[in-house]
Amino acid sequence: MAKVLMKGNEAIGEAAIKAGCLNYFAYPITPQSEVAEYLAKRLPDVNGTFVQGESEVAVGYMIFGAAGCGERVMTTSSSPGISLMSEALSYIAGARCPAVFVNIMRGGPGLGGILPSQGDYFQATKGGGHGDYHLLVMAPEGVQEAVEMTMKAFPLAEKYRGPVMILGDGLIGQMMEPVEFPDNLYAEPLNNDDWATSGMDKRGADKKNIVKSLFLNPKELNDNNLTLKAQYEQMKKEEVMSEAYNTDTDYKGLIVSYGTMSRVCRTAIDTMKEQGLEIGMIRPKTLFPFPEKEIYDAAAKESCKAVISIELSMGQMVEDVERCVRGIKPVEWYGECGGDIPAPETIADVVQSLLN
Amino acid sequence: MGKTFSKPRALTDVPTHYCPGCTHGVAHRLVAETIDELGIRGKTVGIAPVGCAVLAYNYFDCDFQEAAHGRAPAMATGIKRVRPDLMVFTYQGDGDLASIGMGEIIHAANRGEKFTTIFINNAIYGMTGGQMAPTTMPGQRASTAPAGRDTGSTGMPVKMADLLSALMTPAYVTRQALLSPKHINRAKKAVKKAFEYQMNNTCFSFVELVSTCPTNWGMTPKDALKWAEDTLIPYYELGEFKTPEPEEEQ
Repeated sequence: MAKVLMKGNEAIGEAAIKAGCLNYFAYPITPQSEVAEYLAKRLPDVNGTFVQGESEVAVGYMIFGAAGCGERVMTTSSSPGISLMSEALSYIAGARCPAVFVNIMRGGPGLGGILPSQGDYFQATKGGGHGDYHLLVMAPEGVQEAVEMTMKAFPLAEKYRGPVMILGDGLIGQMMEPVEFPDNLYAEPLNNDDWATSGMDKRGADKKNIVKSLFLNPKELNDNNLTLKAQYEQMKKEEVMSEAYNTDTDYKGLIVSYGTMSRVCRTAIDTMKEQGLEIGMIRPKTLFPFPEKEIYDAAAKESCKAVISIELSMGQMVEDVERCVRGIKPVEWYGECGGDIPAPETIADVVQSLLN
Repeated sequence: MGKTFSKPRALTDVPTHYCPGCTHGVAHRLVAETIDELGIRGKTVGIAPVGCAVLAYNYFDCDFQEAAHGRAPAMATGIKRVRPDLMVFTYQGDGDLASIGMGEIIHAANRGEKFTTIFINNAIYGMTGGQMAPTTMPGQRASTAPAGRDTGSTGMPVKMADLLSALMTPAYVTRQALLSPKHINRAKKAVKKAFEYQMNNTCFSFVELVSTCPTNWGMTPKDALKWAEDTLIPYYELGEFKTPEPEEEQ
């Protein structure tokens, strides 16, 4: 398929259709409203369903209801909206329903700003809503990867019967890049939704299904949560994605960075290489499960003197990086958290001064 | 002598957790009879609220989802929009629907979502133990209004059927009661009509049922019925507030 020039938000919308998701519910919020605008226009062409909910709270439950029927369904939002959806995310995780949530992050806390941010790392990877659960979180570095991750998200949500999140930022949502929609990423629904409230007639069943997250019996709740835990352990074995950059050298320092920020870091690494300083990078593509072993192994390399987590937040992923490095090398943080994206020269300066 | 009374097929054969004298059992039965009569058990999805009816899925024998507090109309929207062939109903109490879920019910009604809401109004929070609800009557005692509801600081009881019938979108909105056989017969007709409007893809349908909560009102079941008749019915007037066909309006 030929490449087309598309804005990230619109490409995510098209990717959902290409992935076979024709059900979309959303509420407008900058900087992701173009997904809803695009799909409001596009979904009628493919007999799809779009509802603009009255709030992100309601949208979260529209997703829950639709997902509980075993249908492919997606919503997109940005940070404050994701906070409002986090209640539903907790219920959806507890009730074990597959659904795709896209967060095009903006600055926070509170209304924060509308410029790019990675300030929702904790919210996305550690829960966000109440209770014992995780989301499978993928973080694209650009429009093409946002498309691919969106397409992969639906079968992954079905495989694990749980919510999957695409964690982008305002830059990925707003910028235009050439993209293609790989046919081979379309996956037929797993059709393992014999648990769903699809109507007994449709299933040919004489037994009702109940989609719920209430388990008053402590043993049943414990069992449900241990089932979730087993899913997360399986994700750690099967779904970790990361990219290594310039790690076939005797690098003196290791950057860990994801999303938009990692692209700037790549340019900085190229610049430093020209100046004779080798720096490696691990770019997590999944934030949960996290590339624990990849980061540890890269940090363990003898030439590597220090590890630095570079993020558009005041230091969130750095806690996971520290955990993975297990004290074998010093771990530092650098970032911006107001909406500006550091220039490659700034990154190079920071890394060089760290190593001196 | 032949069998003259039996349990609807759409109800399971288990004891409920409802208190003696509670009208939830009657409301469940009316919905279940309707499901049986319309032959829709195999394509019905109910949505349980948070409140006394949270375990309704143990009593109804059809597919069910369990909502967060107040969010049942949003879930019903999600289900009905992606599976318009299903029959979807929410079953909600007054704390769930008229307090925390006020936004969801108004917007679902205003979008004209083609599902049915059964709204149990007993003027109090049941499950959490008798706290004041938006529907609690002036002066009525509740655990969070120990001196009786003070309308100066908490406002007047919310009349949901009246409120929803003010929306411009076509809908079926009715308020009935479960206080006597006469009431119950009328309520049954209303529930069935509500499901038929959904079945014909006509409009959103809303049945408010004035109910009792003897336990949290601190009354015997019999006194509760009398108190509801004397106190609730004059304020929560019964009747059809809105029908989708203007010429049929009462």
